[in-house]
Amino acid sequence: MIIRNGTVHDPANNINGEKMDIFVEKGKIVDESDLKDTREIDASGLLVMPGGVEIHTHIAGSKVNIARIMRPEDHRKDVVKKTQYRRSGTGYTVPTTFTIGYRYAEMGYTTVWEAATPPLGARHSHEELMDIPLVDKGIFTLMGSNYFVLKYTEEGEFEKLKNFVAWLLYATRGYAVKIVNPGGVENWKWGKNVNSLDDTVQNFNVTPREILKNLARAADELHLPHSIHIHCNNLGSPGNYAITKETIEMLAPYRRHITHIQFNSYAGEDWATFTSGGSDIAAVLNKSKNVTCDVGQVIFGDATTMTADGPWQHTLFKLSGNKWANSDVEMETGAGIVPYKFKKKNVVNAIQWSIGLEVLLLTKDPYKVFLTTDHPNAGPFYFYPHVMELLMSKKKREEMIEKVHPLVKERSALSSIDREYTLSDIAVVTRAGTAQALGMTAKGHLGAGADADISIYNFDEENIQKSFQKAAYTIKDGVIVVKDGNVVADYMGRTYILDVKADLSEEEKRIFSKYYTVQLANYPVEDAYLPRKEVVTCA
Amino acid sequence: MIHENVVCPFCGCLCDDIVVTTEDNQITDVKNACAISKSKFLNHHVNMLESALVDGKEVSMDEAVDRATEILSSADNPLIYGLSSTECEAQRHAIHLAELLGATIDQTASVCHGPTILGTQDAGCVKCTLGEVKNRADLIIYWGCNPAEAHIRHFRRYSVFPEGLFRKGRNEREVVVVDVRATASARIATTFVKTEPGTDFENISLMRAYLKGKRDSLPDELRDLVEKMKTCTFGIIFFGLGLTMSKGKHLNVDAALRLVRDLNEFTKFSITPMRGHYNVTGAGSTMAWVTGYPFSVNFALGYPLSNPGEFSAVDVLARKECDAALIIASDPAANFPAEAWKHLADIPTIVMDPKVSLTTRIAKVSIPVATAGIEAEGTAYRMDGIPLRLKKIVQTSRPSDAAVLTKMIEKVRA
Repeated sequence: MIIRNGTVHDPANNINGEKMDIFVEKGKIVDESDLKDTREIDASGLLVMPGGVEIHTHIAGSKVNIARIMRPEDHRKDVVKKTQYRRSGTGYTVPTTFTIGYRYAEMGYTTVWEAATPPLGARHSHEELMDIPLVDKGIFTLMGSNYFVLKYTEEGEFEKLKNFVAWLLYATRGYAVKIVNPGGVENWKWGKNVNSLDDTVQNFNVTPREILKNLARAADELHLPHSIHIHCNNLGSPGNYAITKETIEMLAPYRRHITHIQFNSYAGEDWATFTSGGSDIAAVLNKSKNVTCDVGQVIFGDATTMTADGPWQHTLFKLSGNKWANSDVEMETGAGIVPYKFKKKNVVNAIQWSIGLEVLLLTKDPYKVFLTTDHPNAGPFYFYPHVMELLMSKKKREEMIEKVHPLVKERSALSSIDREYTLSDIAVVTRAGTAQALGMTAKGHLGAGADADISIYNFDEENIQKSFQKAAYTIKDGVIVVKDGNVVADYMGRTYILDVKADLSEEEKRIFSKYYTVQLANYPVEDAYLPRKEVVTCA
Repeated sequence: MIHENVVCPFCGCLCDDIVVTTEDNQITDVKNACAISKSKFLNHHVNMLESALVDGKEVSMDEAVDRATEILSSADNPLIYGLSSTECEAQRHAIHLAELLGATIDQTASVCHGPTILGTQDAGCVKCTLGEVKNRADLIIYWGCNPAEAHIRHFRRYSVFPEGLFRKGRNEREVVVVDVRATASARIATTFVKTEPGTDFENISLMRAYLKGKRDSLPDELRDLVEKMKTCTFGIIFFGLGLTMSKGKHLNVDAALRLVRDLNEFTKFSITPMRGHYNVTGAGSTMAWVTGYPFSVNFALGYPLSNPGEFSAVDVLARKECDAALIIASDPAANFPAEAWKHLADIPTIVMDPKVSLTTRIAKVSIPVATAGIEAEGTAYRMDGIPLRLKKIVQTSRPSDAAVLTKMIEKVRA
């Protein structure tokens, strides 16, 4: 296939708006000389980018599904009819599996990562991924309050910890180490939390600092393609930018990714003095190496908050008065779910909204900061085009600032920022940068050898949001799956897993059989749940 | 041949440590299982539906599937019902079939823990996996349920007796049973609280008021219970149909869910429903991720819409709204109200079941299928939401539910 005459933005290959042809053969991007399939897409006047790569979203598994069950009111207003190529479903903040695949693909996204899977529920996450069509996908495995991680950190048994991390990634068919409120999730199992990097976890003589350092080192020594993926302590609390800064700094020189950093970039001492810490966090990112983050940009309107951070969700339940689900998982982790609505005229919500944009605009290197809404925590993922518009247009930002609580002008630097993203910047924070941070070498660019995951837009700079909302074409592995914004193919993407392999020791097996309630033999996720798997080598 | 770590396809406990011995493709011995489980394994070949039937006459499997598909395709408003005693793969296909047909689809939660789901939709639910209970709970309350007879290994594996990480055994746990009569479960309780039938909503509401300091006095037994709940380190309520199907229904559950929410101001407290059929939790799960709703879903408009009471199987049948039915792994003729099952007998009903049942006797088409978890593999979700892989330990020529449904989908789409 030849994609003829498009305006190509492929920043990973230093192509920034050049008119050129892209050649696709057997699902891969190839050089012209290797082309046999000569069908053409006329991309004259169209914008061509690598397919979008989502680095952090909640789309599959127990907490997402509890949210679906808990929120019938969420679905009724957003229904999706079946078509010849498309299964039916519902939205709004917690869409059904098929709808998730379609909406990502319609936006030009071709790879998505479920960011928080409890190991004991990994089979569930993979089973849902089997019903998410069109895109490539995979899971991150929750480890920050795992019994064995805490035990080996306490005992200073790093090699055992490293082996366990490898085994757990193998058993869950996970791709990265996810850490949520390290230590705090274990303490929540007694109704408590941790509030600093040096608080002690109950019954385990360890601190969040030690857990983070050990897991960061393990991820680096195992050569995992993605760094540890951290949801910091004290998420959601005023003044928490300090612990975020400390976390980033103390983990050097290890690789680390701080997720939905907006929720951890708050200054002020309480809700009354709540202020943006976005500028401070951007400054830390600018001077630090081996660090990436995604923002978790707030979208005004309905959200469903869901996280392994059980204690924070209890706090949010009390703050909001909304319904609350909690789901603690033996030996491993927990979860909480609370519906939430971000309001323009609520001063805290408005400042939260400004922080994501501040961090995106003030962090100089777009390879360090990525666009997410921590779907559906800060809002649904299909609002990305709206955020892209705000990033590319100061005028649009000013219009929004006039609509939100006036204190944003005083408590956030957003209104003073002149920077406007280029199309290549957009391509980095949604594609090239995320793919690089994830260690996905065949994604996020259009060089020969890359997967033929391509999005093509009818771009109009007066209508940026609309331009990115529905792709003119989304091409997955060389197959046109979306045309003119509509799903036109029934296609199933691959699940990405690692080639890690490790065994548990006899002692670990003994502990497992005593304190879990499932048999060890029934714990690892079977190949039956990976109908199309892509095994990535750790090197 | 010895099969280890077999998952029991009977109740929501989904015990996965069963050891099954087979000789010449027959189950000859079952270890670790409770009496019910043992009976299910050892007698799985008894009372089998021997052949596919149309109008009581033996036909080939293909003919039966063809006839079933014709009936469903030509119906204006078909109903698909059952699902909780089969694997998730079959459930996913059944939902797909319902979508293609524009059918109503419902699962057995509709007549057991449906009110639990409605309560959760109103209040949320503070829950945990069973291992959390084993490892941490010092107060275990069974409310309106009788695990000694219905979830036989629940005490031993998950709650009262096992050694846990922070609880070494029975003597480190207080066990309370709340029920309208002293059941077999009450015998293992530290305290048995007898309540009057139909008073759960009232009692729980009083307890909540007391807990919040809005009421000074309570009957002694309830006051003692609240004090225990408030002062324990890690508490859990397990509840059953005594709460969901007695007067008040979802209001009872809603009140209990809110009581547990309130208790988390004082200590750590969770609540978990004692789900009956081994994969009823899975049925709710698959329906939720495909449609957004865990039960009582209708596809007539080309997209899913849920409304228990409107699209629940009993109501659809009692109002005679459906003109054909597909029953998968369930026996509604045995347990639905007469006005509902009588309509099943009046319309062309198709049954997919390994065994002869009352429903196969009133069915127009009967399709013998493999028993999930014995003759077919797949996924099932434990009462606390943990997914496990069912095993195939006996070979059979009969197709799985998933295979039959796949064929029906192909035929409907053709």
